[in-house]
Amino acid sequence: MHYTFDIEKGNFTNAGNASGSVKKTLKQLNVDPSSIKRIVVALYEAEINAVAHAYGGKIDIDIDGDKIVMVVADQGPGIPNIELAMTEGYSTASQKVREMGFGAGMGLPNMKKNTDKLDIQTELGVGTTITMTVFLKN
Amino acid sequence: MKAKEIAELLNGKIVGCQDSQEELTNAFSSDLMSDVLRLGGECSLLITGLCNIQTIRTAEMAMINTIVLARGKTADEEMIEHAIDNDITIIETEFSIFKASGILYNHGIKPMY
Ligand SMILES: Nc1ncnc2c1ncn2[C@@H]1O[C@H](COP(=O)(O)OP(=O)(O)OP(=O)(O)O)[C@@H](O)[C@H]1O
Ligand SMILES: [Mg+2]
Repeated sequence: MHYTFDIEKGNFTNAGNASGSVKKTLKQLNVDPSSIKRIVVALYEAEINAVAHAYGGKIDIDIDGDKIVMVVADQGPGIPNIELAMTEGYSTASQKVREMGFGAGMGLPNMKKNTDKLDIQTELGVGTTITMTVFLKN
Repeated sequence: MKAKEIAELLNGKIVGCQDSQEELTNAFSSDLMSDVLRLGGECSLLITGLCNIQTIRTAEMAMINTIVLARGKTADEEMIEHAIDNDITIIETEFSIFKASGILYNHGIKPMY
């Protein structure tokens, strides 16, 4: 099964639409609740980042028998230093993002924690593509 | 404890799902959604002063059933709608996060950590 979602530039209200929709799909597929939580939390963190740190983009989700692959590709500034960005507590979030309850520098480490594979491709001035894989136990 | 009893203890008002019969056992208090998303294990209650649509979405993703909005914050139409769609109960209270947390702790709601 393949699903795509658009992430609108600057739209904080809609950030989480894709994660919410994936949550409903995984529930219908009877995926166990703890896997659902890991998957939707990781995807939600990525959605928020694409709005908070970039100018929106696109999400591609593929679910097959034993795994889900989530690709979040944004247009944005890119990440100059991935190792630094992966450090707990490192954040360049704006005041507006902090007022929304985010910007603790915990998102990327949390994506890593909640997924089986996390791949980050980034090009400065172009954008960032995050690919997350979670294996489903049924 | 049910949402209704919690609302009574906090002198609060339930908005969103009214008939939740879920048994609420433990809670986490935070204004920082980044921290809420890092919770491992099951959490039934979020006590927060952060009041926007992402508060509801964070509960949705973290599988938290009930949100206590402290310090007199009130949920807007969009938040209530999203909460109802996702079977999330919102309790609005005038009490501070500290007071609400203290009362619930005294009545046996367990901390997450
Ligand atoms: N898609 C992205 N495009 C550009 N920079 C990014 C992107 N994602 C993350 N970053 C950079 O990496 C930093 C760390 O990201 P991370 O998600 O861990 O924390 P945060 O978003 O700042 O806060 P939190 O996720 O805890 O709310 C960000 O502050 C930002 O500088
Ligand atoms: Mg983040």
